[in-house]
Amino acid sequence: MKSKQRVRNDVIFIVALLAVIAIAGACLYFLRGEGDTVTVSIDGKVVATYPLDEDLVKDIHTEGDGLNRLIIRDGKAWVEKASCPDGICAAHKPIHREGESIICLPNKVVITVQTADTTNEPDIVI
Amino acid sequence: MHNKVKDTAFLGLCVSLALGLAYIEVLLPPLIAAVPGIKMGLPNIILIFLLYRRGLPAAATVSLLRMVLVTLLFGNWMAFLYSLAGGVLSMAVMVLLKRLNFLSVAGVSVAGGVTHNVGQILMAMWMMNTAELGYYLIVLAVSGTIAGLLIGLCGALLIRRIPNKW
Repeated sequence: MKSKQRVRNDVIFIVALLAVIAIAGACLYFLRGEGDTVTVSIDGKVVATYPLDEDLVKDIHTEGDGLNRLIIRDGKAWVEKASCPDGICAAHKPIHREGESIICLPNKVVITVQTADTTNEPDIVI
Repeated sequence: MHNKVKDTAFLGLCVSLALGLAYIEVLLPPLIAAVPGIKMGLPNIILIFLLYRRGLPAAATVSLLRMVLVTLLFGNWMAFLYSLAGGVLSMAVMVLLKRLNFLSVAGVSVAGGVTHNVGQILMAMWMMNTAELGYYLIVLAVSGTIAGLLIGLCGALLIRRIPNKW
């Protein structure tokens, strides 16, 4: 196959790939409704569930000196302070749609928005 | 031309180059702080060059050594498992696409970049026993495409410019 053809295939491949990603992203985002509870799990185990419509400030302690401060205000949840070195969870935007989550890999903390009728179990385990 | 000693020395050189590039990447500030895992993957320039010049065994060896050494120097073992999953998956996909011969180096590298992120996320989902990480995959797939393209273009340049005796 000539190299010109391959470059053309490259362009088609990349455009197709980005289109698939965009469609998948749009589906994931817009098909989700507003959630009504926030579930906190540490190392895969659910430790607490809080309603999204009640304001809350809660420190989540994990093994070692792990700390993530969860804030719930105006129907949105976010992490304000965290002990982890990267601070990715604290930089995450507030979450309120069903299925949105803030994940702190160093502390193994996952904070997820859910609706009352969904269970706390993951949909799939891969 | 390609005797064993020379091959070993050359691959050693490639590992140290990959390590050097990984170190440069550690020094650089994160590209987008809010999303973990977004990286250029500079050492992959070496891997794509090796894959085309020396084939799968050489590329896979350097890739694995790179991961182990980077983990010992800058990382942790959780991150190693993510890299391993990503590295194995992306290497398999790149070899396959290279054999099929319908994409250029850049296209193969893009596929490698995206599947590296897919592998990492699948491993993280499995380790943390959570499916929510899937949402990260959308962001990482876009960054993997861009990074893969840039890396592929650099790799193609090396393959074209570096004399064939190497």
